[in-house]
Amino acid sequence: MSVTGSVRSAQAPLIDVRDLERTFDVRRRVDGGRRRVRDSVLAVHDLTFSVQAGEMVGYIGPNGAGKSTTIKMLTGILVPTGGHVSVAGLDPSRDRVELARRIGVVFGQRSTLWWDLPLRDSFDLLQKMYRISPARYRDNLGRFVELLDLGDQLDTPVRQLSLGQRMRGDITAALLHDPEVLYLDEPTIGLDVVSKGRLREFLRALNDERGTTLLLTTHDLQDIEALCDRVIVIDHGTSVYDGPLAGLHVEGGSSRTLVVDLVDEAPPVEVPGATVRRVEGPRQWLSFPADASAAPIVAAVAASYDVADLSIQEPDIEDVIRELYSRGAPEPLG
Amino acid sequence: MVHVAVATRAFRRYSTYRAATLAGIFTNSVFGVIYSFAYLALWSANPTAGGYDAQDAVTYVWLGQALLMTIALWGGGATDDLAERIRTGDVAIDLYRPVGIVGWYLASDLGRAAYHLLTRGVGPTLIGFLVFHISLPSSPLTALAFAVSLVLAVVVSFAIRFLVASSAFWLLDQSGVKVMSGAFAIFFSGMMLPLVLFPGWLGTLARALPWASYVQVPADVWLGKHTGVDLLAALGFQVLWAVVLLVACQGVLRLATRKVVVQGG
Repeated sequence: MSVTGSVRSAQAPLIDVRDLERTFDVRRRVDGGRRRVRDSVLAVHDLTFSVQAGEMVGYIGPNGAGKSTTIKMLTGILVPTGGHVSVAGLDPSRDRVELARRIGVVFGQRSTLWWDLPLRDSFDLLQKMYRISPARYRDNLGRFVELLDLGDQLDTPVRQLSLGQRMRGDITAALLHDPEVLYLDEPTIGLDVVSKGRLREFLRALNDERGTTLLLTTHDLQDIEALCDRVIVIDHGTSVYDGPLAGLHVEGGSSRTLVVDLVDEAPPVEVPGATVRRVEGPRQWLSFPADASAAPIVAAVAASYDVADLSIQEPDIEDVIRELYSRGAPEPLG
Repeated sequence: MVHVAVATRAFRRYSTYRAATLAGIFTNSVFGVIYSFAYLALWSANPTAGGYDAQDAVTYVWLGQALLMTIALWGGGATDDLAERIRTGDVAIDLYRPVGIVGWYLASDLGRAAYHLLTRGVGPTLIGFLVFHISLPSSPLTALAFAVSLVLAVVVSFAIRFLVASSAFWLLDQSGVKVMSGAFAIFFSGMMLPLVLFPGWLGTLARALPWASYVQVPADVWLGKHTGVDLLAALGFQVLWAVVLLVACQGVLRLATRKVVVQGG
C-alpha cells in the first residue's frame, strides 16, 4: 500500500540538500530615513544534509535560524538562491504541485482546514484535491478518526474546535493522501501534557506502521526526545550539529551531575574526574563529563565518605543546545 | 472535480448573507432609477448619442447595475480572501496544495459570481424590466453570447483583482492599490458613462483597455450591437485580455515565491 521504502533504494535519500542557500533582499533606511539601501540577508547558507525514507528527524534551532526558510524550500514554495535540493527525486520549486501530492504539512500555529466548514467537509475537499480514491479515503479517514478520537467532532465547524481537536484534525488532513514525508512545524505548541503525549504516540505509530518520514521543527525538546533518533541543529542559517540526540551532549560539552547525600555535613568532596558545583548542608552536587562513566566516581565517593543516598541527573538537553547556539556557526568562507 | 467543489462552497458561503443581499438589490435599484432618469435626460437632448437610442441607454444602465457586483467591479470576492491570506502568511498553506493558486481562487470567485448573478444581477434586471421596460436579448444566440461574455467579464475582472491582491506580497496590504484600481475600473469599464460616448483618442484607448470587458462589451452583446464576425471579435477581445492577465497572474505568483518573504513561520 505504501509507496515508501520498497521503491526507493537505500543510497538515494528521500530528502537531499546540498550547499543550499537563500538570500533575501531587504531595504533599509539610512541617514534618518532619507536614503534607502538594499541589503542582502543570508537566511540559509552552506546547508547540507540528507534524510533517508523512514527517518524521524528533529530540525531545531532558535527563532530566525532559518528553519522555516528551509522547510519552505523543501516544499517548493520558496525558490533557493543557490545550491541543490531534491525531495522524492523532485525539484521542489519546479515540481511544486506534483510534490505537494506526496508530502504532508502540519503547522501548530496555522490551520490547513477551512475555518467555516465542518471537519468532514474539509476532509471531503481534500479528497478531491489530492484525488484520493474513495476506498483509500474511507480507510484512512476511519483509521485516523479512530486513532485520534475525532469521531464526535466531524460535523463541528473548525472554528468551534478546541486547539487540541483542531490539531488532530490538521494531522488527519495532512495524512489522508498517504504522504511519504510529513513536515511538522511546532505540532505540539499550546497543547496540554496529555494531548502532547497522545500526539507523539500517534506519530511514532505512524512512522512504525507506514514508514512515513517525519521532519519535525519544534522548540519543545520533549517532542524530539520522544520521537527523533536524529537531530539537525541549525543556527544562523547553517547546520551546527547533525547526528543522534545522544551525541549532542558530547558535541555540546555537557556534563552529568551526581547528587550525593552524605550522612554528615562535610567540606567539598574530592574525587578524581568530578568537580563539586554546589554544597548545601549534607548534600553536594558533583559534575562530570556526560560521556564519562559514573561508576568509578560513585565508587570513589562511597569509598571515602559515609553516603546516605546517591542520584544522577542527566544533562538538560536545552542547556546543551543553548551552549551550541552560543558558540554559533563557523563563519562561512569567502 | 475539486474546482467545482470550491465554486459550490463559495456560492454557499455567500448565500448565508441574505439580508445584505436584499439591501444590495435595493441599493442597485435606487441607483438604477437615478441613472435612468439622468440618461433619459441626456438622450432626449441627443437621441442618437454614441449610437444608442433612449431604450438602449436605459437598458445599459440596468445592465451596469446587474454587473456591478457580479464582476465585483469595486474589488472584493475571492481576491480579498487572497490578499488577507498574503497579509497573514496563510497563503503559504495555499502554496502547499497540489492545486494551482490562480485556478483555485478563480473557481472560488466564479462560485461567488454565480451567487451574485442570481441575486444582485437578476434582481435589478427584473426591476429595470418592470419599471423601465428595458430590452431583452433579441435571440437565443444573443443570450448565449451574452452568457459567454459575462463569464469572460468575471474572469478578466478576477485577473485584475488577483494582480491587485498580489501587490500585498510586496506592500503587505492591498488597500491602496485596490482603491486606485477601483477608480480605474469604474471609469474605464463604462460603468459611469458608456465608453461609446468617450470622444476621440480617449474613446479608442478606453475601448482597448481590459476594463472595457467589464460592462461595455457584455452590454453591447446584450443590446445586439455586435453581430457575426464583429460579435466574435468582441468576445475575442475579452478572451485575449483574460488570457494575457491570467498569464500575468501566474508570472506574478512565480515572482513572489522567488523574491519575497512569505510572512511568518
